[in-house]
Amino acid sequence: MRETKQKNARKRKAGRRHPLATVALIVIGLGLTGGAYATFNATGSSADATTSSASDVTAGKQLFQANCASCHGIEAQGTDAAPSLIGVGAAAVDFQVGTGRMPMAMSGPQAEQKPAQFSQKETDQLAAYVASLGPGPSIPLRDVTDGNGDAAKGAELFRVNCAMCHNVAGAGGALTEGKYAPPLTGVTGKHIYEAMVTGPQNMPVFNDRNITPEGKRDIITYLQFIQANPSPGGFELGSLGPVAEGLFIWIFGLGSIVALTVWITAKSN
Amino acid sequence: MTATTAAETTAKKRSFTAAASNYIDERTSISGVVKEFGRKIFPDHWSFLLGEIALYSFIVILITGTFLTFFFQASQAEVIYHGSWVPLKGIQMSAAMNSTLNISFDIRGGLLVRQIHHWAALLFVASIGLHMLRIFFTGAFRKPRELNWVIGFTLFVLAMAEGFTGYSLPDDLLSGNGLRIIDGLIKGIPVVGTWISFLLFGGEFPGTAIVGRLYTLHILLLPALVVAFIALHLVFVVVHKHTQYAGPGRTQQNVSGFPILPVYAAKAGGFFFIVFGVVALMASLFTINPIWLYGPYDPSPVSAGTQPDWYIGFADGMLRLIPPHWEFVWLDRTWSWNIIVPVLILVVFLVVVAIYPFVEAWVTGDKREHHILDRPRNQATRTAIGAAGVTFYGTMWAAASSDLIATHFKLTMEGVIHTLQFTLILGPIVAYFITKRICIALQKKDRSVALHGYESGRIVKLPGGEFIEVHEQLDEYERWRLVSYDTYQPLMLRPNSRGKITFVNRLRAGMSRWLFEDRLEPITKGEIESGHGHH
Repeated sequence: MRETKQKNARKRKAGRRHPLATVALIVIGLGLTGGAYATFNATGSSADATTSSASDVTAGKQLFQANCASCHGIEAQGTDAAPSLIGVGAAAVDFQVGTGRMPMAMSGPQAEQKPAQFSQKETDQLAAYVASLGPGPSIPLRDVTDGNGDAAKGAELFRVNCAMCHNVAGAGGALTEGKYAPPLTGVTGKHIYEAMVTGPQNMPVFNDRNITPEGKRDIITYLQFIQANPSPGGFELGSLGPVAEGLFIWIFGLGSIVALTVWITAKSN
Repeated sequence: MTATTAAETTAKKRSFTAAASNYIDERTSISGVVKEFGRKIFPDHWSFLLGEIALYSFIVILITGTFLTFFFQASQAEVIYHGSWVPLKGIQMSAAMNSTLNISFDIRGGLLVRQIHHWAALLFVASIGLHMLRIFFTGAFRKPRELNWVIGFTLFVLAMAEGFTGYSLPDDLLSGNGLRIIDGLIKGIPVVGTWISFLLFGGEFPGTAIVGRLYTLHILLLPALVVAFIALHLVFVVVHKHTQYAGPGRTQQNVSGFPILPVYAAKAGGFFFIVFGVVALMASLFTINPIWLYGPYDPSPVSAGTQPDWYIGFADGMLRLIPPHWEFVWLDRTWSWNIIVPVLILVVFLVVVAIYPFVEAWVTGDKREHHILDRPRNQATRTAIGAAGVTFYGTMWAAASSDLIATHFKLTMEGVIHTLQFTLILGPIVAYFITKRICIALQKKDRSVALHGYESGRIVKLPGGEFIEVHEQLDEYERWRLVSYDTYQPLMLRPNSRGKITFVNRLRAGMSRWLFEDRLEPITKGEIESGHGHH
């Protein structure tokens, strides 16, 4: 018994000094780091909804080559006119194509929203094809885009992260050189979520460590709340703040009162 | 029998009124006041009611403001919101913001009163502005009313201060951002700026003192000053008597119009309710300052489309128009010319507005009293100066909404700013010359109408085959309106009593020539008579 123990101990010692031990350690270390990274990132993939078949990918590739390849390149590798789409993920395609921004109507400071050119099925096929090119954010699941989160938290996150471009009421705002942050009224929860994870146009990416999926859900909840509940104070005048109020008081407020002064000082016939 | 009873009742009634009036008069001697004021004549013209809009909106502000003080807490103590507005529940905020939200959502009628207060405040400053424009363009600021112009100007500045302090009270994101800009402006003053900022905010911005301090200013000091200056303003209106437009029977010595009692008092009293009604209607239909969207103040976020209320817009716009990088370190201090220059421009602009009556009086050398108003076209230069001023102000004002102009007209923000920078300098010059030419052209038109009548559109063939259009003559009353005005002639440059031509004299003569070189003399009686003979 005693001998076996000693033998075992010697064996262990020998194992530690084995020439391949360092290599094994590095492998284990890398494996752990990579695994942890994957697990942390998996918070994003928990929100994935995609189950795409090979036929979707093929159909998507055909659609891509017919409609997108002239700018993005035949293998989506990008050209001087447009960026590479390898690794942008299904979410980017679903947002850009689903809101009609892609294909672009014309080149300009930024791609503008317009009626979508493809059906949801075709968009899904395109998304499946682009997703097959490299890993990237996938289309979010309904449970983070349904708007059943905490509106108060969402409002706070929105003010801190989004309002400087999109305005506190989501009415949109100006950026440099003709670019702009679009109004968020009427945008679906899915598209808002996708915009946050993919950062379309000039928008930064809000990854899951910057704003957690629950946080994004709260933001969508807040935006849906203010759209579903019109202002308690009456008509919102575009939610544009003091400029709209100032124009209103001069044109309609003072204008109507001046019209009334003309009326009360008019000579009776 | 019945007739006697009725007569007896009326006699009784009359005797009661008489007795009551007598009772009051014997104890207050009020009949003298009624006699003096009740017979005071006010001319009837819509443009004379613009100041009244300001007065009545101020009364509306006082009434609604009193209500708001019952519920507002001017404290920056931190509390957690537990009111009715879901998207702020559980959020930490100051007591000021919390109480403003409670006024909006949990106090009966609170939101309506808050919105009436804010809309009336916007209307107050707007009507003062319009009133000032009327006074300026009709020359109502001339002797003896120069001081009243300055009092009115002071009221305009006080109204802006009232507005800004009120805007800052709810301690929401928008008001905090506004205060941050003020803090930056103050800190941009060389040497003393930082000290003044720390004194005002009670330490580093934002601190916990500013809302309480602004509240004291907003409800105590500033309203007291506004009331005092309004009283002074009205006393002067009574002392000077009201101005009137030129017309038959209207002279520098009389005022033609309605007596205060009963007509004018009834009209003015009714007008108060019209103003109140319009404001209440706006407040019940249109949201103003939705602080529940802005959320509590937090120094990190700034919303897109953050602007001050309209009357501070010109100052905000001036800051936006100054090119960047005007800043250097000298004598161990940062000299922020991108702050100092716009502040100086604003101060000079306001000072010029305040002293304009004295400048004009000095240049024209006119020491006469003026109670008949000018038609703007007949004082082409003054009208042109006014148009230049309006263009300058309007450009600064537009610049405050440069971002919204860019998004709504699909322009680039840089393009908007650069265009407005050019407009700020060239716009007033262009506006000056165009307005002056338009005024002189209108004068020429008036002149031709007064001399030859207006075109009737009736074509007559003369026996010789010639076609002429018949001109209808104006009647005497209409013509009087067109021809009764003064113009000034450029002053001659003359040596003073010691035989010297000083620099000041030269300046004055130069300005006078610049102002009055292009002018049309009013039509003389002789010209009218010969004009008649013409047709």
